[in-house]
Amino acid sequence: MKRIKATPYKVIAAVVLAALAFFFIFPLYWILTGSVKTAAVINDAVQQWFPLSPTLDNYQRLFDNPALLWLFNSVAMAVLAMALTCVTASMAGYALAKKRFAGRALLFSIFICAMALPKQVILIPLLREMSFLNLHDSMWAVILPTVGWPFGVFLMKQFSENIPGELLEAARIDGAGEIRMFTEIVLPIIKPGIGALAIFTFINCWNDYFLQLIMLNSRTKLTISLGIAKLQAEMSTDFGLIMAGAALAAVPIITIFLMFQKYFTKGITMGAVKG
Amino acid sequence: MKNWKKWLSMLLCAGMATGLAACGNSSGDAGEGGSEASGGATAITLWTYPIGSWGDAATVDSIVAAFNEQHPDISVSVEYLDYTSGDDQVTAAIEAGTAPDLIMEGPERLVTTWGAAGKMVDLSDLWDDEALADISAVSEAVVNACKSSDGVYYEYPLCMNAHCMAINYEVFEEAGALQYIDEETRTWTTEDFGKALQALVDAGVETTGVVYCGGQGGDQGTRALARNLYSADFTNEDHTEWAMNSEAGIKGLQQLADWVDAGLLSYDSGAQAADELQLFANGTIAMSFCWNASNESNYAEQVDFTAYAMTFPSDDGVPELDGGIYGFGIFDNGDEAKIEAAKTFIEFVCDDETQGPESVVASGFFPVRSSFGNVYEGSDQEERMTVFNSMMPYLGDYYNVTPGWAEQRTAWWNMLQNIFNGNDLEESVNTYIETANAATQAAMGE
Amino acid sequence: MNKQINPSVMKKTLTRRETISAYLFLAPALVFFVGFVIVPMVMCLVTSFFNYSMTEFTFVGFDNYKEMFQDDIFIKALANTVLIVVVAVPTVTAFSLWVSSVIYKMNGAVCSFFRCIFYLPVVTGTVAVTVVWKWMFNKYTGLFNYVLDSDISWLGDSRTAIWCIILILFTTSVGQPIVLYVSALGNVDDSLIEAAQVDGATSRQVFWKIKWPQIMPTTLYILVITTINSFQCYALIQLLTSGGPNHSTETIMYYIYYQAFKLYRYGYGNAMGVILAIIIAVFSALQFKVAGKKNDY
Repeated sequence: MKRIKATPYKVIAAVVLAALAFFFIFPLYWILTGSVKTAAVINDAVQQWFPLSPTLDNYQRLFDNPALLWLFNSVAMAVLAMALTCVTASMAGYALAKKRFAGRALLFSIFICAMALPKQVILIPLLREMSFLNLHDSMWAVILPTVGWPFGVFLMKQFSENIPGELLEAARIDGAGEIRMFTEIVLPIIKPGIGALAIFTFINCWNDYFLQLIMLNSRTKLTISLGIAKLQAEMSTDFGLIMAGAALAAVPIITIFLMFQKYFTKGITMGAVKG
Repeated sequence: MKNWKKWLSMLLCAGMATGLAACGNSSGDAGEGGSEASGGATAITLWTYPIGSWGDAATVDSIVAAFNEQHPDISVSVEYLDYTSGDDQVTAAIEAGTAPDLIMEGPERLVTTWGAAGKMVDLSDLWDDEALADISAVSEAVVNACKSSDGVYYEYPLCMNAHCMAINYEVFEEAGALQYIDEETRTWTTEDFGKALQALVDAGVETTGVVYCGGQGGDQGTRALARNLYSADFTNEDHTEWAMNSEAGIKGLQQLADWVDAGLLSYDSGAQAADELQLFANGTIAMSFCWNASNESNYAEQVDFTAYAMTFPSDDGVPELDGGIYGFGIFDNGDEAKIEAAKTFIEFVCDDETQGPESVVASGFFPVRSSFGNVYEGSDQEERMTVFNSMMPYLGDYYNVTPGWAEQRTAWWNMLQNIFNGNDLEESVNTYIETANAATQAAMGE
Repeated sequence: MNKQINPSVMKKTLTRRETISAYLFLAPALVFFVGFVIVPMVMCLVTSFFNYSMTEFTFVGFDNYKEMFQDDIFIKALANTVLIVVVAVPTVTAFSLWVSSVIYKMNGAVCSFFRCIFYLPVVTGTVAVTVVWKWMFNKYTGLFNYVLDSDISWLGDSRTAIWCIILILFTTSVGQPIVLYVSALGNVDDSLIEAAQVDGATSRQVFWKIKWPQIMPTTLYILVITTINSFQCYALIQLLTSGGPNHSTETIMYYIYYQAFKLYRYGYGNAMGVILAIIIAVFSALQFKVAGKKNDY
């Protein structure tokens, strides 16, 4: 720790930072409080900073819809995508970083280039593919493209660069097979990276509104993001109801993030930063 | 080496297995919706847009239940679309080959969009002489709207309505503006409308009405307002060209711009019909341009004044209202049994003597069949619906079937934004017409 | 296998083994990558040369590409997209660098508190965040007009709408860069800093001469990721303005969606997608060139 002196710059910085923190928390606060406000309060030009007459009415109306099922779908989808991505990407990343083989450079550049591609433009071809595979309107139609996205491979390659070559060499001389080397040497080293990747993938999959919109249409298969968007009707805007939906969508994912936050920040440190 | 492959293949197998298991689960879920095809049963799917209670699961479930009493061999599973993302979902489903068997909406989608693209089934056999005569008796326009330019019927209609506007009766009363409306016919002239605006402003009403143009939601209101002021046509007679660049059209738009400039009326490029309706319901503004029977019942709980339905003002006092014609279309999924089942469902819902009127009541609108008579007779809605029914004769040309409709809608609200942001009016109108006509030509060229 | 081993053969076998094992490790990822990214990508490229809609599929050569550059709305969308990128990328980078440089020296709990705060909009979920901003920007019942006692149609005025979009994009973009910068700054070699301080360097000099070069790889990574994300700004537009007012918030991504899903012009949409991908690639390459010059990438 360095000596921290209270210079004017530091004081100003602290104040600004506090103000910014408020600004960043506020939308969440507004979602949570909005979800317990009555329609009359919400539609008043004079806004209430704090819900003076809280009501659970919005949540009641929210649960007229299969909102919990939507939430479950979102979670199941994101978790599956996360698990598959972590497995495939860590293996591929390790191979790209630590193995010398024909086509390595080319393959890596293709992965990189594909990252620049706007996801939405491949939606129509993807739709065709999913219908060919008979997967349209199932959560796999969202999971598979998410797992295919090259970002995970890129990230895990960066992490795997940290694996000391000597360690692998030593293991090889000891007669360890490829699998043992991967599970016993590589995995422990890149574990924090997997943590980071897991959170990234989870959030990306969760937030990929458009892919979900295109791929899912049964009411029982919707995700919570789609569900909230659906709550906005053409002839009325029921902000209370929408905020209740937003709160239901936000709280679980924030909780998960806070739980795994340590892993995540540790992981992200090693990987991306290395370059 | 061997180890390797074993390990990998095990992993892949595990992945596949979870995949398959989950797929199995998800299709199982769908089965609960009632689409399980067992034995000789036919399972069909119906997608509805929120047309009155047709967007509401409880109501539709009871209709399906009534249908199954007569046709236990056909199971119907229903999905509910919304107007914000519904079109995207249908597009996606068409491209993915998972389009529903039945869909409920209006001719602009069923006939002009999906019908013209060759995705729909010809419903001519539903349009037998009896149906044709019964529906023609109400309106020839409905019949015409349901068939494509080459005479193929892609929609079988259930109900219709006229979009109108509404005023805050008490506010008008206080401002002494009631003298400008004809309470008997619920009509007013453009001149009187202007005077009413002035009276409202003089009486201290801060915002009289809002010409909303933040998107396409509820745009029929702004169209009806602008074109009625000087009785302009929205398209030509054949529905092949857009026509708001006519003298009357420009005059109407200019009038709106003048009222806005004079502070008699407001506009909001960030608001759509939903926002405007909310303002009206709150009592913030004195009129709504997006009113109809179903909006009235939706907002009934929030409104603590008299929302008085009116037709749109027009120079000759005879308005031409925009309508909605809602009914069913069948997607051609190549399965004859399903198409037949879907037709059976349509016949039951639209033509059945007892179910037909009930299906109409569920929509909150009016029957397209004259034999149904007054479906609201004797119900607690009768009085309310009589008002709206009295406006049905003002129903104008159903120009929504003009090809290029979707692109025209975007061009329309962008044009309004342009005008109210102070750009040259005629230029803005011309740009709009050019864009819309180009779209129409492109669509017809196909 | 062979009893007598020839060294050169052994080497060959080893390389072959290595290659095979590498591809086996890559196989699962490649299955997904090729199947659900490369194949549709190629299909997208191919169909961009077709008049491809719900009803048609005819080869038209470069017509879609030619049309694009005569399409005023596309040009406008391109300009807006570039504006978003040019404003958002530097501000996101500078802001996160500043925040990180302030908080990385704070004690663990405080630092991670701030990190979480700035990450909050990301984890709240795009749709949830967007709908609450939509409400706050509402002209009549929104918080902004209430607090400022104003009567502005934030999302309905072509002068303010795009800035509102950029603001929201900004709040959902700084989370990750801050996390990255905090760790990068924490990793800067302390001995170098101390040596410089002994030599009498000011803290500003320390920052620019010692820390800045060392966190350059992070900066580069952040620049590229933020650029890609900003270029692909879509859900915000879709849920807030539909590209309006008067196309002032139209982005290429939204316009692609509009052409493909509202007008069924898949071929045209795909052609725009190809162009967008090329633009993103060029931007990223430029950043690598400029920022990566001093790095051993």
